[in-house]
Amino acid sequence: MTGRLFDKIWDRHLVATPEGEPPLLYIDMHLVHEVTSPQAFEGIELAGRKVRRPDLTVATMDHDVPTIGLDKPIADELAAKQIERLRRNARVHGVTLFPLGSPEQGIVHVIGPQLGLTQPGMTIVCGDSHTSTHGAFGTLAFGIGTSEVEHVLATQTLRQVKPAAMAVTVDGDLGPELTAKDLVLGIIRALGTGGGVGSVIEYRGPAVRALSMQGRMTVCNMSIEGGARAGMIAPDDTTFAFLEGRQYSPKGKLWERALDDWRSLATDDGAEFDREIRVDASALRPAVTWGTNPAQSVTIDDMVPDPSSMSTPELRNGAERALAYMGLTPGTAIRDITVDTVFIGSCTNGRLEDLRAAADVARGRKVSPGVRALIVPGSARVKADAEAEGLDRVFTDAGFEWRSAGCSMCLGMNGDILAPGQRSASTSNRNFEGRQGPGGRTHLVSPAVAAATAVAGHFSLPGDL
Amino acid sequence: MPGVKRIAGRSVALDRRDVDTDQIIPASWLKRVERTGFAAGLFGAWREDPDFVLNRPGAAEARVLVAGSNFGCGSSREHAVWALQDFGFQAVVAPSFGDIFRNNSINAGLVPAKVTEEGVARLFAALSANPDAEVAVDVAAREVTIPSAGLNEPFELADYAQWRLLEGLDDIGLTLRHEEAITAFEATRPAWLPSLAGQ
Repeated sequence: MTGRLFDKIWDRHLVATPEGEPPLLYIDMHLVHEVTSPQAFEGIELAGRKVRRPDLTVATMDHDVPTIGLDKPIADELAAKQIERLRRNARVHGVTLFPLGSPEQGIVHVIGPQLGLTQPGMTIVCGDSHTSTHGAFGTLAFGIGTSEVEHVLATQTLRQVKPAAMAVTVDGDLGPELTAKDLVLGIIRALGTGGGVGSVIEYRGPAVRALSMQGRMTVCNMSIEGGARAGMIAPDDTTFAFLEGRQYSPKGKLWERALDDWRSLATDDGAEFDREIRVDASALRPAVTWGTNPAQSVTIDDMVPDPSSMSTPELRNGAERALAYMGLTPGTAIRDITVDTVFIGSCTNGRLEDLRAAADVARGRKVSPGVRALIVPGSARVKADAEAEGLDRVFTDAGFEWRSAGCSMCLGMNGDILAPGQRSASTSNRNFEGRQGPGGRTHLVSPAVAAATAVAGHFSLPGDL
Repeated sequence: MPGVKRIAGRSVALDRRDVDTDQIIPASWLKRVERTGFAAGLFGAWREDPDFVLNRPGAAEARVLVAGSNFGCGSSREHAVWALQDFGFQAVVAPSFGDIFRNNSINAGLVPAKVTEEGVARLFAALSANPDAEVAVDVAAREVTIPSAGLNEPFELADYAQWRLLEGLDDIGLTLRHEEAITAFEATRPAWLPSLAGQ
């Protein structure tokens, strides 16, 4: 048998394969947040339906929660109303909610793995495109729209045309200054923004195997930025060690049975993919985006590229538009670009390991005068764990702001935004126009580069300081 | 949801690739808890430019948006589809779509018509020559036409998606016909899978 990991998970979730219709796929866990769910709950109520499996549904508040002043009422009336609506919907429909103020609240893709709700071989969906994060556990996990959220609430299934299977094989080793973020930005540069459309990516190879679970989550998280439906990594001992003992992980005999099953979740030797690309990790350097999509990146040693050097008129036009928006001139050294703001957080890079990497750079140093630097932990648990290690003091002593958990400046819904024309070094996942505030200019980087950039005031490696 | 068989009317030509859903509807609009009221937010930042295509005379009457490849990439927000519909669009024609956007469109009744790169280039050329030309999107025939330019471009749309758009069918209602299969499947799920029961 020569099955791919993706097929194995897909096949075991097929509920029905009706003639002439897309197959019906069972959903093992449905993650819900305040922004993409209110219309879905309203839909099932208007149709007189109910949530089929509240026990397989979990809700939290992340997208528009404040990260400061949690002891006061939420000032933004619309956000307050949306948050209250989730509280009401969870209560009425019997859905477990980790609300603002709960020790388990946080970005939905950070709390799932942290609680042990994300396990190998599962199907997980959420009304958020970065649901691909959970694929790091050998899980089929993807983002859905609000109509599909309603469909899952009502039926615990989704109708899905089976995507193609793509392999991204990473050869070689990541060098000492490189992180999972640099790897995934390199992969997306190779793939292009639309290169993964219609596909589920399996990341393979020695450099992927060597990543921690947190690094694997960073890689799978950004699969959508290459257009892919999902990204996944076969589970191994690193995965099992992460999961053992977590709140919702299996215990005792069930743990042993689960382990036996999870060890079978790998692509068989000789299995073929619809498409395969190879990336050489040893050829990568720390990445910085220069444009307005995540495929538009160079290394920190490079210069802002010249659109006239691009291969097609479409890419040329796109680059010209991007540089005009970003206020950049071709030929400028990346290290000479100064920033106003540094944001460290998000479902891409808001986990404890990310904060430790940033703290290692910040320790004993000071944020450059005039730079605003925010640290926003991915969850209340990450925040508490970081404080137990004293990381909050490292950051505040260096002049960083230490905030509470949420999506924050990744998408700027909660008031943590750039002013028009301001430039950020951000550990988040999207550098789209206006993503971090109207007129804001975003450069995506790793946590270590973000922290070094905060200290230097311009793009820097820790080793440059 | 009403069925949609054929759409004909003015169009807007947005000759850009990788138009992400953050551009289609900026995040500040996502705090609404309704499915309607998004028209003013459609391409909110780009509309601040008076020369932007949506600000041209006649755009308010447009029914079809023609765009570059990878339209609707990025965020899963279905609000992007609702904003396009609120503004008056009933179909988007592009060489490719973000996967989630395409699914959201079909679920909400907006026709995602996938025409070849060359076909979309011909549509852009015809609309550049005559921006007022009528564009028709025929869901039953799966073709985009500009009669005045003699253009007829076939588009890709899976049979099931086409059927749902034509009939305006509620996907949940169709799925609930398989409720027995769902219940039977649930009885076979491994015991170690996580559950929030008893919380």
